[in-house]
Amino acid sequence: MNAVDFQALLPLLVLAAGAILLMVQIAWHRNPGLTAALAAIMLVLAALSCRFAAEVAPLQVTPLLLADRFALLFCTLFGFAGAITAVLSRDYVSHHGDEPEEFFLLLVLATMGACVLAYAVHVASLLLGMELLSISLYALIAYPNKSILPLEAAAKYLVLSGAASATALFGFALLYAATGSLGFTALGQGLAVTGTGQSVLLPAAVLVFAGLAFKLSIVPFHLWTPDVYDGAPAPVTGFLASVAKAAVFVVLLRLFLDADLFRYRILVEITGLLAIFSMLAGNLLALLQSNIKRMLAYSSIAHLGYLLIVFMVCINAANQALAVEAASFYLIAYTATTIAAFGLLTLISTEATVRENIQLQHVSGLFWRQPLLACLMLVALLSLAGIPLTAGFIAKFYLVTAAVSGHHWVLLFSLVAGSSIGIYYYLRVIYYMTRRPEEYRVEQHPIRHWRGRFLSGVLIAAILLLGVAPQSLMYYLRSILL
Amino acid sequence: MSMAGLILLLLLGGLLAWQAERIHPNLPRWTALVTVTAALLYLLAAAPTEPGATMAGPHYSGSWLLHLKLAWMPRFGIAFELAMDGLSLLLLVLTLLLGLIAIAASWSEIDFKPGLFQANVVWTLAGVCGVFLAVDLFLFFLFWEVMLIPMYLLIAIWGHENKTYAAMKFFIFTQASGLLMLLAIVVLAWQGLALTGQLSFSYFDLLGLSFDPRLGWWTMLGFFLAFTVKLPAFPFHTWLPDAHTQAPTAGSVLLAGILLKTGAYGLLRLCIPLFPDASQQFAPVAMGLGVAGIIYGAILAFAQSDFKRLVAYSSVSHMGFVLLGLYAWNALALQGAVMQMVAHGVSTAALFMLAGALQHRLHTRDMGRMGGLWHQAPRMGACAMFFALASLGLPGLGNFVAEFLVLLGLFSVQPWLAAAASLGLVTAAVYSLWMMQQAFQGAPDTRRNMADFDGREMLAMAAMMFALLWLGLHPQPVLDLAQPVLDSLRAAAPFDNPVAALDTAAAAVPGRGL
Repeated sequence: MNAVDFQALLPLLVLAAGAILLMVQIAWHRNPGLTAALAAIMLVLAALSCRFAAEVAPLQVTPLLLADRFALLFCTLFGFAGAITAVLSRDYVSHHGDEPEEFFLLLVLATMGACVLAYAVHVASLLLGMELLSISLYALIAYPNKSILPLEAAAKYLVLSGAASATALFGFALLYAATGSLGFTALGQGLAVTGTGQSVLLPAAVLVFAGLAFKLSIVPFHLWTPDVYDGAPAPVTGFLASVAKAAVFVVLLRLFLDADLFRYRILVEITGLLAIFSMLAGNLLALLQSNIKRMLAYSSIAHLGYLLIVFMVCINAANQALAVEAASFYLIAYTATTIAAFGLLTLISTEATVRENIQLQHVSGLFWRQPLLACLMLVALLSLAGIPLTAGFIAKFYLVTAAVSGHHWVLLFSLVAGSSIGIYYYLRVIYYMTRRPEEYRVEQHPIRHWRGRFLSGVLIAAILLLGVAPQSLMYYLRSILL
Repeated sequence: MSMAGLILLLLLGGLLAWQAERIHPNLPRWTALVTVTAALLYLLAAAPTEPGATMAGPHYSGSWLLHLKLAWMPRFGIAFELAMDGLSLLLLVLTLLLGLIAIAASWSEIDFKPGLFQANVVWTLAGVCGVFLAVDLFLFFLFWEVMLIPMYLLIAIWGHENKTYAAMKFFIFTQASGLLMLLAIVVLAWQGLALTGQLSFSYFDLLGLSFDPRLGWWTMLGFFLAFTVKLPAFPFHTWLPDAHTQAPTAGSVLLAGILLKTGAYGLLRLCIPLFPDASQQFAPVAMGLGVAGIIYGAILAFAQSDFKRLVAYSSVSHMGFVLLGLYAWNALALQGAVMQMVAHGVSTAALFMLAGALQHRLHTRDMGRMGGLWHQAPRMGACAMFFALASLGLPGLGNFVAEFLVLLGLFSVQPWLAAAASLGLVTAAVYSLWMMQQAFQGAPDTRRNMADFDGREMLAMAAMMFALLWLGLHPQPVLDLAQPVLDSLRAAAPFDNPVAALDTAAAAVPGRGL
């Protein structure tokens, strides 16, 4: 490896250095404020370092990692999302355990896992990234060790996610047995040579897909989602719902593209079918929830369903560029929106007496009590619902455009039906937020920290900016994908 | 730039009204009033009366007055493109005038967060102005959706006893149909790409595309559904009685007066001209829905005991005439439809203002608990009488001109449907007079002590009476304003029906006839 290789991996190196720095700092002097600040700074630095790494992109560094602009774009996204989560968690975790410092160390490691996934072009790096991400998340979810809900959530996630990883690993092993290669591109070539006749290929495909679909919580692999989302600390849920899913989606998309798995029509059509199930089941089940975290959990299942539409669009090679562009935009918009929605839950539950279990009535009258936070939630919900002027609308427009270009009418009608159902439960939260003072009783204090207000402002601005002036991002996406 | 300025003025005025509450609770309504007045004056000052030279599109360049195009998302051929012609101008003036009425109607009604209330009123106006001005379909959709949010908040926060249900229903109906329209818009643009090799969402580029009949039919249906839900036409009207009844007075005035008109405008501007063939095939169905709406709305209106619900169902009935006029697609019927949009906007806004005033004073909308109000509030009684007569189509008032023109135009295309639709005039008389009798006549409840209209309310009423009289006695300026637009729309999308020949003969009539 030479200097250029290191430059290409700069974000990963910064994150690794950040993890070591945090470890040393914690050993030397325990101070949650300092640790949180350091973690946020390292994460932002990692995001910014993508700019330098982009100068040498695209560059294959070892057979495992490919530093192209696509990977770097998502590293930037994950870095910023991680930094926001770190700042959000600062007040949240200090209320919980006695020693909240390691929380931030785990967060940096989880972000690093997500970045490795963005870089991954090889099954080994895929598994490394996925495990780094998942194992950090087990600990992050269980971090408030004195409450029962997080422990339950962590145990569930540990067992099920571990099983999913093992499933995927076994699938990859079978693929290796059939093709003799583990790099994504080589895998595709190997499959083309061996043909689809081999009997191990079908179970291999099923196992790999099931493992990754579990991480994305696609129906029917979604059953863990509401419990884990509900039990995990709110900032961690935000991270899990946005960064962890986006990273796995990116690597899945890259696996399909590099190995050209879109040749296997059956496989892609199953994806389309699961997309429809996810859209409908996610939205219908979300209707029944009165717990906001569970509602958002089901809504995230639906959103992943929308995203899966791009796999069907990719069947036609002419539309692949548009589909990947749409998926990238959707992931960015979805990450910003999800972080914003869970950010709000974090900010209101740092003060609330009820932890982790935020019911609709806890946001009652938020508009009149804390207008800025209510605006954050309003913007986030409208974006999730895909109402114009928000990032979510442009993202949905992208998906519709991509699907129309491939004439996937069934998927489009499921999208319309799903979104129409979705409006109801998003609006219900807005309705609760606008209830008048005489209609509810909630004891809550306004947020006093400048951090919460600052983050709310940043997130509102980001979502609106992506919704009103998305053209520069559109151009950038187009320039890196063509 | 003046059109973008108009929208910006309203948006900023809304923001200002919101914040003005911090200084004094009375300041927001003054801010809102000044904003909308300023916007109206600005519009009248900026609107040219002669077609502009800047507008040189391939499609009927003659009738456009103003045009503005700024690059926005060139990746998809989306531009911030606004244009104004006589029709948009007419509807903009109506929007802003009814905006003033809405602010006047809610002058002393709102105690809870008056700043945000006025802001939402003004933002709704901004959204509606955007709908009437946008000629980029993406932008049109954006305004179409965005105008719902302040309206939703108006109903959900300041509405009456069952506001949650009504607000949700309103939003979900319009959103779900809106999504279908988005789908249709994208399909349309993609068809444009396939035919011209250039992706564009501009109305001018998408006019006159040829479609595979099946695709054209489905795409047209996407637009049609979105617009008829908003109009509303039978059987998509069920959101309307709830939303109107539960909304605060200003909300009902805006909903009935202008939001419904965006549906009619969409049909006239987009749905029919973009898909002339499919629309022509579909016309009998649409007209059937129109007649069904007229009769069904009238019967249900008669069955109501709630004052606001009665007026709401009468809207369903009256909007049926608009649907009929539009799909008859000849000069007379179209003039009638446009006239109906304006006249119905004014007369229904007045009735909702009355209903709001009654509810504010009596704390009920139940007509069973009214009765004999004329003795206690003669000015209210007289106003109600005037607008009830307008609503039932008394000659000399705007609604009569509108409905008469629609029926006249329709008769040349579908005489039987015209005969059925004219039943609507009879039934309108029944429910309007029934309403008068229930609420204002009979023995008054002597324990009741209520205030009559004050000067502010009488001023608003007088303005609307004047408007209706003017529309009824001297409709020519309105007809002249809409005429070139309607001519060019019909030229862009000719319906080759057997009575097309009649049209050309009839086209001369509104010029001098009335």
